[in-house]
Amino acid sequence: MTNAFAIEARGLSKSFGDVKANDQIALKVPGGTVHGIVGENGAGKSTLLKMLFGLYRADSGDILVCGQTQHFTDPSDAMAAGIGMVHQHFMLVEPFTVLENIILGAEGSANLDAAKEAARAKLLMLEDQFGFNLPLDTPVEKLSVGVRQRAEILKALYRGAEILILDEPTAVLTPQECEQLFALVRQLKDQGKTILFVTHKLHEIMAVTDDVTVIRAGKTVAECKTADTNPEELAELMVGAKVVRKTARKQHETEIARLRLTDVHADGDHGLELKDINLEVFDGEVLGIAGVAGNGQTELLEIITGLRAVREGVIHMGGEIIANDRLVTNPIALRRMGMAHVAEDRLKTGVVESMSARDNAILGYQREKEFSSGGILKLKAIAQKAAAYFETQDVRPRNPDLPIASFSGGNQQKLVIAREIARDPQLMVIGQPTRGVDIGAVTKIHDQITELRNAGKAILVVSADLDELLSISDRIAVMCEGEIVGTMNVEDATETKLGLMMAGDKREAS
Amino acid sequence: MAAQKKLPFWADAILLPTLNLLAAFLVSGLVIWGLGEDPLEALSLMVDGAFGFQEGVGYTFYYATNFVFTGLAVSVAYHAGLFNIGGEGQAMLGGLGLTLAVFLVGDVSPVLAVLLAIVGAAAFGGAWAFIPAYLQAKRGSHVVITTIMFNFIASALLAYLLVGPLQRPGGQMPESADFPDGVSLMHLQDLFAMMGFTYESGPLNLSALIAVLCAVGVWFMLWRTRFGYELRVVGQNQNAARYAGISVTRMTVIAMMISGGLAGMMGLNELLGEQLRLLGNFTLGYGFVGIAVAFMGRNHPVGIVLAAMLFGALYQGGAELAFEMPNIQRDYIVLIQGLVILFAGAMEHLFRDPVERVFRHFSERRAA
Repeated sequence: MTNAFAIEARGLSKSFGDVKANDQIALKVPGGTVHGIVGENGAGKSTLLKMLFGLYRADSGDILVCGQTQHFTDPSDAMAAGIGMVHQHFMLVEPFTVLENIILGAEGSANLDAAKEAARAKLLMLEDQFGFNLPLDTPVEKLSVGVRQRAEILKALYRGAEILILDEPTAVLTPQECEQLFALVRQLKDQGKTILFVTHKLHEIMAVTDDVTVIRAGKTVAECKTADTNPEELAELMVGAKVVRKTARKQHETEIARLRLTDVHADGDHGLELKDINLEVFDGEVLGIAGVAGNGQTELLEIITGLRAVREGVIHMGGEIIANDRLVTNPIALRRMGMAHVAEDRLKTGVVESMSARDNAILGYQREKEFSSGGILKLKAIAQKAAAYFETQDVRPRNPDLPIASFSGGNQQKLVIAREIARDPQLMVIGQPTRGVDIGAVTKIHDQITELRNAGKAILVVSADLDELLSISDRIAVMCEGEIVGTMNVEDATETKLGLMMAGDKREAS
Repeated sequence: MAAQKKLPFWADAILLPTLNLLAAFLVSGLVIWGLGEDPLEALSLMVDGAFGFQEGVGYTFYYATNFVFTGLAVSVAYHAGLFNIGGEGQAMLGGLGLTLAVFLVGDVSPVLAVLLAIVGAAAFGGAWAFIPAYLQAKRGSHVVITTIMFNFIASALLAYLLVGPLQRPGGQMPESADFPDGVSLMHLQDLFAMMGFTYESGPLNLSALIAVLCAVGVWFMLWRTRFGYELRVVGQNQNAARYAGISVTRMTVIAMMISGGLAGMMGLNELLGEQLRLLGNFTLGYGFVGIAVAFMGRNHPVGIVLAAMLFGALYQGGAELAFEMPNIQRDYIVLIQGLVILFAGAMEHLFRDPVERVFRHFSERRAA
């Protein structure tokens, strides 16, 4: 066959139950190019990648590598065919060194020392060729996220990958680290590698790819040269109908902060420390918290919502102290005071996966008189409430008896939000409002947050998505290494400015 | 992404346990065949021994009563995310609490003694579970390790008491004096006689009814009360429990104590129903078999009662089999019980994957 593509997909389909995650996907990637795959969350990108990498088997359709039809039964087949994948969540053993991680599973000899030395020689050659400079003998846990990602890429190259799949590689990076990644991607391309670059951020597609395939609702909707398109066109292709933000902002002026953190210090995870946090959230405004994941946002949410103790300082809600060095208020009491909490990690914290949607509809409110009296659950009232949540938020499928795990991320989140706003809270604390949520639901959730703000509620939002924060916040505070680097009105904020602050540059804060 | 389709309820609750059981019986049959006996005849002897005559049925249900208590004990802890394998020790301590209550007030009022004995059995069993529970909740010492160590401590404690302060005066055996007259749970055959009909149900006694009440109570607690809801949330997801304002520490301790209390009540059947004295080894491994009963019963009270009946039948039918077929000694009966535990408990998921594949195959064909 002449002019074969490095990797090609023909009519790939994959269903989960009634959901067609991929429907006749077509993909053609010429060798030695960077090929972008864009699509909203839930469009079916991950499913496609997992099929290309042998993690899922297609219901129908073919995968061709260099013109040869392949039948992958597991990732080792894909690797043997020269495909390497860098997952969104790194597959590294943290206490192991970079070198140990790279040879893990490909030691090639029972004698580890000999294997390491052989690998080292080969790695130094690879590093030279592609311009890496990794500390091979440093444990991974001591490395920054960007360096870990490079280790993952080197690992794939070490295994002979000619085609590299990068799944949302920039999700965890600062804008500056992104630039370094782009430079590396270009270098890999110059050396003849083929790269599949998967993202939902359009400026990245424009910056680094040669061609781009747009996926929407499981289907290929467009394939074109990057040079021949522009972000606006891609956005429209990606989203389908134009998304309109219709809720207008209202300006609110109040004197008392609904939530105030004064000189708060707290111990975080992995040796992180929250230092000297001062924040205020007023009624009728959305305060966004930006930052690269793992810089204290999780801990911040926890100290506010009664899940983590404060070492120094005070947290006020309205006029009342809800936390200081001796006091942690129980989340149930906080809810009764009018705080609602949409947890950052939905599956880990916000819902009980194996329980039904109905049982999840009362999580955190199980002690309210509405749902139990004398210690006995009011099953009828609970069922009615769950049904009402399903109705008002349009949660699908409309069956509250199903385990919450069998709903899509967006539908889970809609249910959680329904639960949390049901009692008309004065303060909403929201972590990652649209993580893992499909585009239709994203708009709805953003509109809902804005409506609550217009209704005079105080809202604190932590998000890893800058676009999201820029579109829903009134003010944005940036966290880095456990500190608030600065706070600014959204009118003054740009991605570059926020990016520098996320990397710890305090000069930008004014 | 939508989750893969799981098995329908009936396949999970009935088909899989049946397959596990058949596999266990198949292997047992091979063993019996190897011993030179006819497996089918052995099976019919076992079934006959367990259900073929009045006293056999009585014994089957008598043993089943023990398993209901210990099975429920395992399941309550399991729903709170805890693996309580200390049922054996908790049952021993329950027996001790029961005995102390009996000797404390037995001479004053037999009725009061019985009531106090029920409370004592549950309280001592629960208290014995408290220490591992507290260590788990506060210090993170794993209950699997601590409860199993507490089994040994319980055994040693009972042995000491029964050759020391609690030993029958003048006796040589590790057992207590007999309970005072009238301090016992009525045998059901006596109850039947009072109601005007005859059914020779052997040692089967009122604690069987108490066991059924406990099963209903556990069901109600887990799925109808707020406490049960919170317990299940803790068992499924501790982060979500904290998020919902539930104290994981407190729930861990309470769930383990309920679990221990249920295990402790096993003594009602053995001691207050039949032996009428405290014996050093009265638990006979029922606490451990409770684990298999709970898993085979899918940790649901209805399933546990059914699984307990199965194990009761195995115990009783096995004893009859050993009696009828001299080639098959008592040890082989234990082997058969062991095979059932192995297939139903430890290798519970042996057939899950193939069965799921068959179901998926058919549902895809239907969809196509």
